[in-house]
Amino acid sequence: MALVLLVVSITIFIVMHLLPGDPAAIMLGPEATNEDIAVLKAEMGLDKPVWIQFVDWTGRIVRGDLGNSIFFQNRSVPDVIADHLEATLLLTLFSLGLATVIGIFSGVVAASTHESIYDRGFMLLTSMAVAIPNFWLGLMLVLGFAIMIPILPAAGYSPLSQGVWSCLSYLVLPSITLAAGAVALIARMTRACMLDVLRNDYIRTAKAKGVRQSFVIFKHALRNAIIPVVTVIGMSFANLMGGAVVTESIFNIPGVGRLLIKSVFTRDYPVIEGVVLYIAIAWTLINLMVDIIYTLIDPRLEY
Amino acid sequence: MINTKEKSGSRRTLEKFMKNPTAVFGVVVLLVMFIMAIFAGQIATHDPLEINPGDRLMAPGPAHWFGTDRMGRDVFSRVVYGSRISLIVGFSVVTLTSIFGTFLGLVSGYFKRLDEVIMRILDGLMAFPGLILMIMIMAVLGRSLVNVIITLAIVYVPRMARVVRGAVLVQKEQTYVEAARAIGAGPMRILFVHIPRNCIAPIIIQGTMIFAYVVLAESALSFLGVGMPPETPSWGVVISSGKVFLRRAPWISFFSGIAISLCVLALNSIGDGLRDVLDPRLNRKG
Repeated sequence: MALVLLVVSITIFIVMHLLPGDPAAIMLGPEATNEDIAVLKAEMGLDKPVWIQFVDWTGRIVRGDLGNSIFFQNRSVPDVIADHLEATLLLTLFSLGLATVIGIFSGVVAASTHESIYDRGFMLLTSMAVAIPNFWLGLMLVLGFAIMIPILPAAGYSPLSQGVWSCLSYLVLPSITLAAGAVALIARMTRACMLDVLRNDYIRTAKAKGVRQSFVIFKHALRNAIIPVVTVIGMSFANLMGGAVVTESIFNIPGVGRLLIKSVFTRDYPVIEGVVLYIAIAWTLINLMVDIIYTLIDPRLEY
Repeated sequence: MINTKEKSGSRRTLEKFMKNPTAVFGVVVLLVMFIMAIFAGQIATHDPLEINPGDRLMAPGPAHWFGTDRMGRDVFSRVVYGSRISLIVGFSVVTLTSIFGTFLGLVSGYFKRLDEVIMRILDGLMAFPGLILMIMIMAVLGRSLVNVIITLAIVYVPRMARVVRGAVLVQKEQTYVEAARAIGAGPMRILFVHIPRNCIAPIIIQGTMIFAYVVLAESALSFLGVGMPPETPSWGVVISSGKVFLRRAPWISFFSGIAISLCVLALNSIGDGLRDVLDPRLNRKG
């Protein structure tokens, strides 16, 4: 894991410092004089040799010093990110919960009614959910449930401290938007794995000895089909973090994703670096957690 | 390389592929997209960039089939021209990822020492959610067609490389490789002539899937304002330009979304169809 983080930070460094494009010139805008750019370059340490820049940069990262934001009046980058964390965390966790519950349940039902009308409709719907771009789905949901039938807020965010219900009402449409793709992936994986497991002899035995259908499906089969599903749920979490950028932009949610996009527009390089690093670390930790969850679900696995 | 026996084999594969209704649907939709892209100049009723302040935010009707946007530009023409952007970006990225991804996959699958190094670097690139990495690279490069293609290629090369590497690991243990080595073929010949011929199926399947991802990713980047330049008729740009007018003029965003969904659905159906035909072991339909 330490190795992955090293490679991650090297990647961020290469992209931000070595790709063509002069951060100092970009940050100062087109009116800057060459002297201004030279001064800022010296300030940012961009005039030093590349490897010294890299050592400086990793040294700062390890100490947790991500620099100061340029746009947010020189506040430190971790502070700025912390301000935007609540909305993103709630949005991704809520979506993940939604995707997991609906995905597993509908996948199980599709597998146990294999080749029925429900199963065929399920396959069609999940294919569509993967193909529809989530930003468009979000806009159409706003059109449907905030403009034509005004029952939910069209955009914005209400912090948890202002009350749970108002917070939830703002999160419903964004969560559905964000979860749609993940629901389809989780549901398809569940269906495929359940179909594999349901062919096994021990399922026939359980049915033959008179165990209730629902018990066979949820207790005997699902438990053995769940491992690949957990992998997909873990993968979906990463996609959700990426998708959160889009979803937050549609619904004007003040989260980390919109912070990233705003920082791209305001050329706030330290914040861009910081947000990307945070997300990459989160993603690595999630992968680790998924591995741990495997062993909890299936005691036969050892690492 | 192609003898008569092989020809009949590929014809059988084609016949099997054409028996799958969803795959055929995908091919038809994609063909329509191609025709739209190639003959955009003839199909479009207006110039997609022509600004017409008098006609702004007009609802769909006989003059403007899909309505007009806030500058009076014809949405239908913009959607038609949008297919060009999506297909150009898609093809370029798939070509680049196939070349570089296949090369990296071949080398790292075959040489154990290089494998460690290459795979660690690719793991690092894959340790970011794709969209986040794309936004970061686009932030540095700036908005343009070429930069979108470069960015998407950087993000999708590791995915192709992994698939090819997996295939190479299987192939290099096969008897034909041993036979080639026995008759004196060097590692370069085995690696770049014998093995790639047997890895074409996974490359085609993965290429189709990447094409679908790329169409979605390009439109997402353009929607966020970090992809194609704002005046380009790209589907993502068009949807983004309609966002503010969702209440007054929902048609601006509506049709481009349908176009993207159809295009991605078609590509995914073709990918699934190809996988069923070319690689029966991966068939997960149950």
